[in-house]
Amino acid sequence: MAEIVKPLPKIATIPVDELETPPLSLAQLTWRRFLRHKMAVAGGVVLLLLILYAFGGALFFRESYANYNDTSLSLAPPSLAHPFGTDSIGRDIFARTVYGGQISLLIGLFAVTIETCVGILIGAIAGYYGGIIDNILMRFTEAMLNIPEIFLLIVMAKFFGGKIPELTIFGRLYSGSLIVIIVIIGLTSWMYLARIVRAEFLSLKANEFVLAARATGTSNRQIIFRHILPNSVAPIVVTATLGVANAILAEAYISFLGLGVQPPTATWGNMLDGANQYIESAPWLWFFPGLLILLTVLSINFLGDGLRDALDPRGRAI
Amino acid sequence: MTRYIVRRLLQGIPLLFIISLILFVLMMNMGDPVANMGGRRVTRSSDYIRLKRQLGLDKPIVVQYAYWLIGNDWTKMDLDGDGIAETSGTRHGILRGDFGTSLVNRGVPVLTVIWQRLPNTLILMISAEIVIVLGALLAGVYSALHQYSGADNLITTFSFIGYSMPIFFIALILMTIFAVLFKRWGLPYLPTVGMFDPQVGKTVGQVLLHMVLPVISMSIISFASYSRYIRSTMLEVLSQDYIRTARSKGLPRPVVVYIHALKNASLPIVTVVGLDLPLLLGGAVVTERIFAWPGMGRLFLDYVGRADTPVVMGILMLIAAAVVVFQIITDIVYAWLDPRIRYD
Repeated sequence: MAEIVKPLPKIATIPVDELETPPLSLAQLTWRRFLRHKMAVAGGVVLLLLILYAFGGALFFRESYANYNDTSLSLAPPSLAHPFGTDSIGRDIFARTVYGGQISLLIGLFAVTIETCVGILIGAIAGYYGGIIDNILMRFTEAMLNIPEIFLLIVMAKFFGGKIPELTIFGRLYSGSLIVIIVIIGLTSWMYLARIVRAEFLSLKANEFVLAARATGTSNRQIIFRHILPNSVAPIVVTATLGVANAILAEAYISFLGLGVQPPTATWGNMLDGANQYIESAPWLWFFPGLLILLTVLSINFLGDGLRDALDPRGRAI
Repeated sequence: MTRYIVRRLLQGIPLLFIISLILFVLMMNMGDPVANMGGRRVTRSSDYIRLKRQLGLDKPIVVQYAYWLIGNDWTKMDLDGDGIAETSGTRHGILRGDFGTSLVNRGVPVLTVIWQRLPNTLILMISAEIVIVLGALLAGVYSALHQYSGADNLITTFSFIGYSMPIFFIALILMTIFAVLFKRWGLPYLPTVGMFDPQVGKTVGQVLLHMVLPVISMSIISFASYSRYIRSTMLEVLSQDYIRTARSKGLPRPVVVYIHALKNASLPIVTVVGLDLPLLLGGAVVTERIFAWPGMGRLFLDYVGRADTPVVMGILMLIAAAVVVFQIITDIVYAWLDPRIRYD
């Protein structure tokens, strides 16, 4: 006994900063694993640069310039005055990619916020309560999944279209279709997340800590949001990150079909609407917005891939 | 097994019912199909009311849904607007296989409208699917056999780019290179739009030529998810004991890789392909729009634009039904291929 007890105080007296390797917190472990993923880091950097491009660029010219059209300059090739050229009614494409980028990125962000809220709510309720509620919610989820996304988007764009008037936020005028697009992308993409959250809840609710919470009289809402949800945050973060990329792509597709955000508000997607009439005469019309969409989606996908590896509880090695 | 199939089929029925309800509610705000029926002339308000009544569009949504679902030949309709129902209905309802008639092309059955476009879409989509699966198999197997090599990294990067690429961007790039620039350089160039050159006619060669660009565009986009999947299942199988046994008993490498490993690795791929097959029916909305391919995707866009609810509902329900049926078929095929799986 004595031999075992003896060395203990010795270890305990070593101050933390004299240990050879200080203990790592969970966040530090995750961060280290993330940094090992070179492409994910690169994706993060490119994404930051793109955000800087869209929001920093706005310091140099006003939105009215991005929407200002000079028909005498229509379809001008890239030059010093217009680095990305001008579009079919003479608007500066460079300025429009800056302001369009803001809208596209914000659409991605807000649509995913809706997607995450709906997905978590439906998944959590279905997984936690089970039984008939689970059955109904999951049949509904399955029904939504069985309609291909692009068809659902088009039908929804028609359903909600043309109802919301233009609105002004922070002194900028936005087309009401912006809200419509955010809502419909959010409402057509929550199904995978709901299934993931449901699966998480199904396995987590069998744990002792849930039983303990219930035994102490914690309300169902508290158990769902304070006890179980924080434990399933990793897959939600990964799905939401990748969801931003999908939302930006969805906006681009629906705007490309002319059912998205209406001009004069620019987005990377609606700048491409009708661009296929100009493949021969004005390739700059579609090249720059297309390239920006590709770069954004690519960097978010790399970022999400890295996050998935970093947050995976099975890969705990440093 | 039979019990399993029957149970799955029975589960599919309420599912399709829910889908049809969701879609029918979404259809209610598609626009007014009657408003521009008069062509350039403004429809007179008396005609407008009469048309709405004859098409059954003045009924409440619940009644419209009921007529769409089970038909109206069991009841009498009031077509002349005097408040007395005198004409018996003619619709049989979708449950009895009657998808209704198009509102825009008056009287043409929905199925006729769809059958006209379906072959075009299937030609395009099945070719693309074959190219995608073959390409992904080659790339995936190669990647798995040379894990972390330069080529593997290259394929990974390429598939990430393809996965993130908006289809219209790659389509426009390919059009610029192979149609515009090749033409400018005096090389043989590819056509960009349509299904055939109207001056030559709809010959096999023409259709093939017009298919090249859309098929390549779609392949680049969809190639990624398959090849990544094949790579990972292949890697998993290659580390199994029976592969080591096969190698150690001296079997030639190609036999081990293609007979022993690939056969088992391709099982999960059957699932992925099987679940994607029904989506081919719907065509590719954006691709068909860019390349002006007269398929289902463009049909859908056109008829959504003209608020032709029966046709739009018909297309969506066909796809949804195909998705449900293919999910069941995929499960059955999977169980048949892999004896370890039992559904009972």
